Amino acid sequence: MTVALSIMAAVFAVAIALGLLARRGHAMTLQQWSVAGGGFGSVFVFLLMAGELYTTFTFLGGSGWAYGRGAPAMYILCYPALAYSLSYFLLPAIWRASRGQGFVSQADFFVARYGSRTLGVIVALVGVAALVPYLVLQFKGLGIIVSEASYGRVSPAAAIWAGAAALIFYVVVSGVRGSAWTAALKDALILVVVVAMGLYLPYHWYGGIGPMFDAIDKARPDFLTLGGTGRSTSWFISTVLLTSIGVYTWPQFFGGVYTAKSDDVFRKNAVVLPLYQLVVLFVFFVGFAATLKVPGLIGPDGDLSLFRIAKLSFSPWAIGAIGAAGLLTALVPGSMLLISAATILAKNVYKELVPSASERRVALVARMMVPALTLVSVLLTLHGGSAIVALLLMGYNVVTQLFPALVLALGPSPRISARAALAGIIAGEVTVAAISLSGASLATLLPGWPAVITELNVGVVALAVNVAVILAASGLAGVRATQPA
Amino acid sequence: MTESRSGLRPHHWLGALPTVGMLGGILFTNRVRPMVFGLPFLFFWIAAWVLATSLIMWVILKLDRAWEREHANTAKADAGVPE
Repeated sequence: MTVALSIMAAVFAVAIALGLLARRGHAMTLQQWSVAGGGFGSVFVFLLMAGELYTTFTFLGGSGWAYGRGAPAMYILCYPALAYSLSYFLLPAIWRASRGQGFVSQADFFVARYGSRTLGVIVALVGVAALVPYLVLQFKGLGIIVSEASYGRVSPAAAIWAGAAALIFYVVVSGVRGSAWTAALKDALILVVVVAMGLYLPYHWYGGIGPMFDAIDKARPDFLTLGGTGRSTSWFISTVLLTSIGVYTWPQFFGGVYTAKSDDVFRKNAVVLPLYQLVVLFVFFVGFAATLKVPGLIGPDGDLSLFRIAKLSFSPWAIGAIGAAGLLTALVPGSMLLISAATILAKNVYKELVPSASERRVALVARMMVPALTLVSVLLTLHGGSAIVALLLMGYNVVTQLFPALVLALGPSPRISARAALAGIIAGEVTVAAISLSGASLATLLPGWPAVITELNVGVVALAVNVAVILAASGLAGVRATQPA
Repeated sequence: MTESRSGLRPHHWLGALPTVGMLGGILFTNRVRPMVFGLPFLFFWIAAWVLATSLIMWVILKLDRAWEREHANTAKADAGVPE
C-alpha cells in the first residue's frame, strides 16, 4: 500500500522538478509565461497539442463510459480524430492571422480580427466559463486517482488540496514551458500504462479481446451497439460533429498555436495525432474488461471502474505506476488550462478595466489569478457531483458557441461585423444556459417529432440559434447600408 | 512564401472524407458481428477510419507540398528568376 503511494510521490516530485528546470534561462514576461515567446518547434508543439487532448477525461472518463454505457463511449475516439482533420486547415489559418502580433490569448485574436474590445471581453468570459468545468474535471480525476491508488489512505479531498497547491506553485513559476516538459514525461508514462492494461486485462480475465467482447455481447446484448434513448446513432453523430468543431474553440489551443515557430507543424500534427488517438481503444478495453468483473458502479461511480479492476488484478507496485501516470494526466492538462484562464483574465478582462496597467502589472495579475482560479475550481469540485464526461460536455456546449465567429474571422478580413459576431455568441450562450437550467432536450422541445430529430444533441439548437442571429444581424446591417442616407 | 499556403485547393475536398466516411458509415455498420481482430464491427469500423484519417491527411500534406513547390517555381519563372 505504501509502495503505491511512494511511487506516486516520486513521480510527482520528478514532474515538479522538471517544471521548475524548464524555466531556466527565460525571463518570465507574460509572452514567455503564456506562449513561450512563440519559440516552440515541432516536438514541443506536438507534446502540448497531444497533451491538451489526452487528459484525465480520456483516462477515467473513457474507461468510465465504456464500463457504464458501452458503444456510445466510442465518441471519445471519433471526435478528436475528426478535429485533427479540421485542424489541418484551421490552425495554420489562425497562426497566419496571428503571426507577429504578440497575441497571448484567444480573446486577443478576436479583438484584433474584429477590431472590438467588447467582443474581446465577452470571448474572454465565455472561455473562462468553459475552462472552469474542465478544471473541475481534472481535480475530480485527481481526487479519484490518488485516493484509489493509495488504497484509501489519502482521501480525495486531501489529494485535491495537495495537487492544487503543487499546481499553483509550478504554474506560477514556470508557465507553459513547465507544462511542455512535464507533458513529455506524462505521455511516455500513460502510453505504457494504458497499452499494458488494455492488453493484459482482457487476456487475463477473458483469454483475449475477442472472447471478452463475445462474453459481454452474450451477457448484455445491445451494449456494444448504438441504439435506444440517449445513445442512438442520431445522438452519436450529432455529438461527434459538435465536439469535433468545438475542440479548437477552447482557449488553451490558441495558446498552443501561438507557441509554434511555423505553421507547417500543425499540418504534420494532423497526420500523426489520429494515430496517437488510437491509444484510447486500450482505455476502452479496460472499461469493458471491468464491466463484467466489477459490476455495480452506478452513474458517476463508473469513473472508478479502471482502478477497481486494476486493484483486483495487479500488485501495489503496478497500482502505484498507474496512479502516477493518472496523476500526471490530471496535473499537466490542469496546468495548461490554468495558464489559459489566468492569461485571459489578466490580459482581456483586467487590462480592459484598468487600461493604464503596465505590462509588468498585467503579468503579475496573471500569476495572481492562478491561485484564485484554482481555489474556485477546488471548491466546485468538492461540492459538485457530475460524472467526468458530463462535465466536459457542459464545457463544450459553452465554448462551441465561438465556432461561427472564429471561422468567419479567418481569411484576409472577417466576413461579418463585430456586432453580428457578438450577437451570435450571446444568443448562443443564452440558449445554452436556458437549456441547461431547464434540463430541456429536443424530445421535450419538439414532442411528437421523429426520434432521428429528438435524439440530436441539444447543443445543435444553441448553435443554430447562434448562426441564425449572425445571419439576421448581418442581413439587417446590409439593408441599412443600402438605404439612402 | 507562407502566403502561398493560404486558400483552398482542389484536392482539399479530401479533408471532408474522414467526417463523411466515419460518421456516414455508422448508419450501416452499427452491429456487433462479424467481429474483426476481436473488435465488434462498429468498433472496427471507427478504428479503421481513425487510421484512414491519418493516411488521408498524409496524402493531402504530400499534395500540398507538391502544389507549393510548383507554385514557388512558377512564381520565380514569372518574376524572371532562373531556378
